[in-house]
Amino acid sequence: MSRRQAVKWGALGTVGLAAAGTACVQRGRPPAAGDTLKGGLAPGHGSHDDMMAVGELRRGSFDPTAFLTHFDYGRVSTLPSGQTLREYDIEATEFELEVAPGVFFPAWGYNGQVPGPTIRCTEGDRLRVHFTNSGTHPHTIHFHGFHPANMDGAFEVVAPGGSYTYEFDAAPFGLHLYHCHTVPLKRHIHKGLYGAFIIDPKEGRLPARELVMVMNAFDTNFDGENEIYAVNSVAFHYQKHPIELRLGEPVRAYVVNLTEFDPINSFHLHGNFYRLYRTGTNLTQHEFTDNVMLCQGERAILEFSYNHEGPFLFHAHQSEFAELGWMAMFVVRGPALG
Amino acid sequence: MADAAAVSRRGRTRIWLAALLPLVALLAFLLLFLRFGPAGVFTAAFPPVEELTITRVTLPDRGVLRVHVVNGGPAPVTVAQVLVNDASWVHTIDGSRTIGRLGSREITIPYPWVEGEPVVVRLVTSIGLTFDKEVAVAVRTPAPDARYVTTFALLGLYAGVVPVFIGLLWFPFLRNLSRRWIEFLLSLTAGLLLFLGVDALAEAVELSALVPTAFQGLSLVLLGLVGTPLMLAAVGRRRRESGAASPVYVALLVAFAIGLHNLGEGLAIGAAYASGEIALGSFLVIGFLLHNTTEGLAILAPVAKSRVTLGLLVLLGLLAGAPTIVGAWIGGFTYSPGWTALFFAIGAGAIGQVLVELARLFPGGERGSLASPLNVTGLLAGMLIMYLTGLLVTA
Repeated sequence: MSRRQAVKWGALGTVGLAAAGTACVQRGRPPAAGDTLKGGLAPGHGSHDDMMAVGELRRGSFDPTAFLTHFDYGRVSTLPSGQTLREYDIEATEFELEVAPGVFFPAWGYNGQVPGPTIRCTEGDRLRVHFTNSGTHPHTIHFHGFHPANMDGAFEVVAPGGSYTYEFDAAPFGLHLYHCHTVPLKRHIHKGLYGAFIIDPKEGRLPARELVMVMNAFDTNFDGENEIYAVNSVAFHYQKHPIELRLGEPVRAYVVNLTEFDPINSFHLHGNFYRLYRTGTNLTQHEFTDNVMLCQGERAILEFSYNHEGPFLFHAHQSEFAELGWMAMFVVRGPALG
Repeated sequence: MADAAAVSRRGRTRIWLAALLPLVALLAFLLLFLRFGPAGVFTAAFPPVEELTITRVTLPDRGVLRVHVVNGGPAPVTVAQVLVNDASWVHTIDGSRTIGRLGSREITIPYPWVEGEPVVVRLVTSIGLTFDKEVAVAVRTPAPDARYVTTFALLGLYAGVVPVFIGLLWFPFLRNLSRRWIEFLLSLTAGLLLFLGVDALAEAVELSALVPTAFQGLSLVLLGLVGTPLMLAAVGRRRRESGAASPVYVALLVAFAIGLHNLGEGLAIGAAYASGEIALGSFLVIGFLLHNTTEGLAILAPVAKSRVTLGLLVLLGLLAGAPTIVGAWIGGFTYSPGWTALFFAIGAGAIGQVLVELARLFPGGERGSLASPLNVTGLLAGMLIMYLTGLLVTA
């Protein structure tokens, strides 16, 4: 301890009594006018509205609300064999991504968005993905699923300005992902080169309100730790703009974890439980739960419906992630769907 | 004669023009550079460098944090979001979110901080950079009310004024000492001051690191450290023709230098209390009292053999001790590491000059008594006393 520090400690001897006196007065403070706002909570006293990013996204920024329900089925045609062909154009670019209002992350992404477009097809479809690298670094697309080695996006690195066509039959059905597999992996994935890849079973799934939720995070100051966590890139987006559900409406959430730097992420639902289908590769439920832990690259399909009206949070059950942006909300409204 | 005067006037005009010429050229070049560039060459290749300094975090009330932030970097910075203890938090800013160069803002955060636990405030800028400040122990920041003012007046009194005055009570004892022992005490004083000077300089350098870059903390310290003794020397030269300064002058100088040191100390104490860095420990005041009593002795040594009025003694005591009170008040209400570093540097510089003046009080010449065994012992004893009473303070 330095002399000045010592002096500081000494100082407290004198001021201690005064401080203690003040503290006592504070504890006995009667509630002031305005203390009853926000369900009896004044600002700074624990309301969920306080733990939040301030402001709104700039116009033209990536919109998580639109992304949530958008599925890219590709350009569909039929091959002479009768097989369905789905063609996609995917371009890797560099751009600024608004990950919280006013915070711009120098992203790399597919088709100018993070996560990239949600590629959706049916098991057995022929997929043809035309990839162009318009970035300044080499990139690839590595799809999870069955395909030949040269369609794996691991060794056929596409140089800046180059292109490559990935072609394979979609299998197995389930919820998968795609991402860049160029080294250094941490950098390429964390910058935003990833997306969800859904292969529907041939017999289809029951009708439901379908939502894509990619759990991701951003290390905005590049210190190897994330400053921002989210589903679909923007911190607190679905808390500020809740997802509206109808009473009794069947919901199917496609949840993929692409969080870099942290080993796991999780998905906790309030006031409800969901049927959990790990990787979506089996039509019988794996578990009935309200919390699932997913490693990076792990994913699960969650099915549920609400029997109560009102606002319900859903978030990572790692409080740190939740508090740094991975906090979201459903608002359930009646009357119930027929 | 009139002709000669005109010529000399013309000559002077020419000299002034010659002095202005480079400045005019500089201005012209700057205008041309800004107008025609190529300024882009120097900026385009680099990402914007952002630099914010959180100079102060206060806790004015339960559930409220107030953050004072300064942009000490080369470019404007936009504060986009605020995190408190790794949680995104709502907040308000007293002005635009974009802070210009050398601009400052106050950010108010309704955060339910927990008494006695640390709070870390993190500002996230528009490009995702982060700037942090930790409050080591969260306690409510004292409001600038009568109780606070009184508390710090008392603190300054105990820590600065009382010990100095107690030290002054040695005066009758000093008057009866022989020249030899007075010199010993002067050496002792030099030792005490050397200790304080190094302490003040170390504090100044340490604090200078917390100063926003644009304000160049270390340069501030250098200004105080070198400027103060030079100014004091110039003032001293006016007061006397040659030779050693008058003992009263040296005593005033000693008191002044110690006062400056104590002002810095007061600023630091006030700020530490206000920002919750200090915790309870009343027995330490006793150590502090012992530590500072020696300062009174240091002030007295130069005037031990002089005619001194009671009024002068009181003046000396106040000069040395009262700045602690003033420092604590200022530090508690508006703390700035820059000012505190500057005051510590000024204190260190003043002490340097005092040491020079003290050395002059010793008989000069080749067989000068400055390095006599007794006086060297005094110097070392002075430093040792500070060191040992310092141990008491840290106990």
